[in-house]
Amino acid sequence: MKLPKLPLPPAVIPNALQGRPQRPGDEQRDGPIGQVKEAGISAVDWVDERTSLSGGLRWAMFRKVPKGTNWFYTLGSATMFAFLSQAVTGVFLAMYYRPDAAGGAYESVRHITNEVFLGEFVRGMHKWGSSVMVILVFLHMARTFFFGAYKYPRELNWVIGGVLLILTMVMSFTGYLLPFDQRSYWATIVGVNINGTGPVVGPYLSDFLRGGAEFGATTLSRFYAIHMLMIPGAIAALIGAHLYLVAKLGTTAPPWLKANGDERLEQDRV
Amino acid sequence: MSDPRKTPKSKYTAERDFPGSFEGETVTRRRFINLAGQGAGAVAVAAFVLPALGFAAGSAIFERPEVQWETVGVPDDFPNDTYVPKVVTEVTGIGQTGKTTIYMRATNDQDPPPNPATLHEGTTADFVAISTRCMHLGCPVRYVDASQKFICPCHGGVYDFTGKVSGGPPVRPLDHFYVRVKDGQVQVGPRYSVNSEFRRFPSYRDPGQALDGIGQYMYPGRFSTPKLD
Repeated sequence: MKLPKLPLPPAVIPNALQGRPQRPGDEQRDGPIGQVKEAGISAVDWVDERTSLSGGLRWAMFRKVPKGTNWFYTLGSATMFAFLSQAVTGVFLAMYYRPDAAGGAYESVRHITNEVFLGEFVRGMHKWGSSVMVILVFLHMARTFFFGAYKYPRELNWVIGGVLLILTMVMSFTGYLLPFDQRSYWATIVGVNINGTGPVVGPYLSDFLRGGAEFGATTLSRFYAIHMLMIPGAIAALIGAHLYLVAKLGTTAPPWLKANGDERLEQDRV
Repeated sequence: MSDPRKTPKSKYTAERDFPGSFEGETVTRRRFINLAGQGAGAVAVAAFVLPALGFAAGSAIFERPEVQWETVGVPDDFPNDTYVPKVVTEVTGIGQTGKTTIYMRATNDQDPPPNPATLHEGTTADFVAISTRCMHLGCPVRYVDASQKFICPCHGGVYDFTGKVSGGPPVRPLDHFYVRVKDGQVQVGPRYSVNSEFRRFPSYRDPGQALDGIGQYMYPGRFSTPKLD
């Protein structure tokens, strides 16, 4: 079926940035004051003329959404904001954290929690935010599943979402070790050993995760590097692909809405 | 294709009119440059990806650590009817994190006689050194003298006096350590795994990896474990 090509809606430019027709009594635009007043518009125009960004923004932001779109459709954005919150708090936690298995890691986390200004708050956001993100990922997934939004032509987006779910789990697993208290240590021992029960490749996968046959000095650095460098980049890139496909394919109507037929065909119905 | 004007004049190349091209050439210059460019890109990417992967995985999987012997006492320290806890260093350089408790005793009459074929030269079967690493998923077991059992706090694994599984999820008996007596001192060496018949596996396996029947092939020995001799 060939879909009709819908014209893009006109650009919505905030009032403050819109040019105003010249009125009697206005100062001349050519004057210095007029130029200052126009500076904002000029700056936006300067960038837009060289990038055509406004077209892309209109394409991404001003989309037609189906009738019946409701609050459940905000779960994806909520998940993304949970990720952004994790990213920002994580970057700042890294300014104080020290991945030192000889005791420095625990000490630096204790320092963040007990001594740094707002440390307990920011660490708390990161710690509780991770649970929030996992819960939101699953709610978003459930919405997609129960609304049938994974069906053609959106299967690839479902697959990307599945990869994002796995990466979120890897983040949770690697981040759990970083406080380096008894709970972190033994949970990671158990987690790595669960990995190791995979036939044939399991033992070598465990060695790779630990950086050797035993939980050693490099295990913590490894988990830290995976947690803060490897996976976040992959998640950010895949979120980009996820959003691109959402903008390209549009969202689905809730399943309880009947599709409206063509009006001309309605008349033929008996 | 029926239009004669669209039929290429040569069956080999559509670019026969390029200067230097000739009738019958099979690799056009465009194709050659394409492949060469992509090949150069692949080589450039491989030049940094392969060393990086080798760096991340190489020493982790293939580096064999040295055998370490640690003195834990003199022979008279160890009775043969109960276990004595000792602390040994498994990983150096990370302080307390690298230490672990082991349980030791002298061999008694009920223990099966050691198989000389599997006993390494220089080691002794006069002492038993049992690891506290639970063979379910690696939590630390403790020895309870009243019941003469090893009990794991995580998921309820229970082992009898010899370290054999007597209940719960563990898949094989507790690991052992090689023991030797040198200059009158009892020394503890590398860890080894045993299956439920107490056959030794010198390259020790991680918890959760059964070593009976097909398990010994599903969970092969690793290059990253210390090796005697």
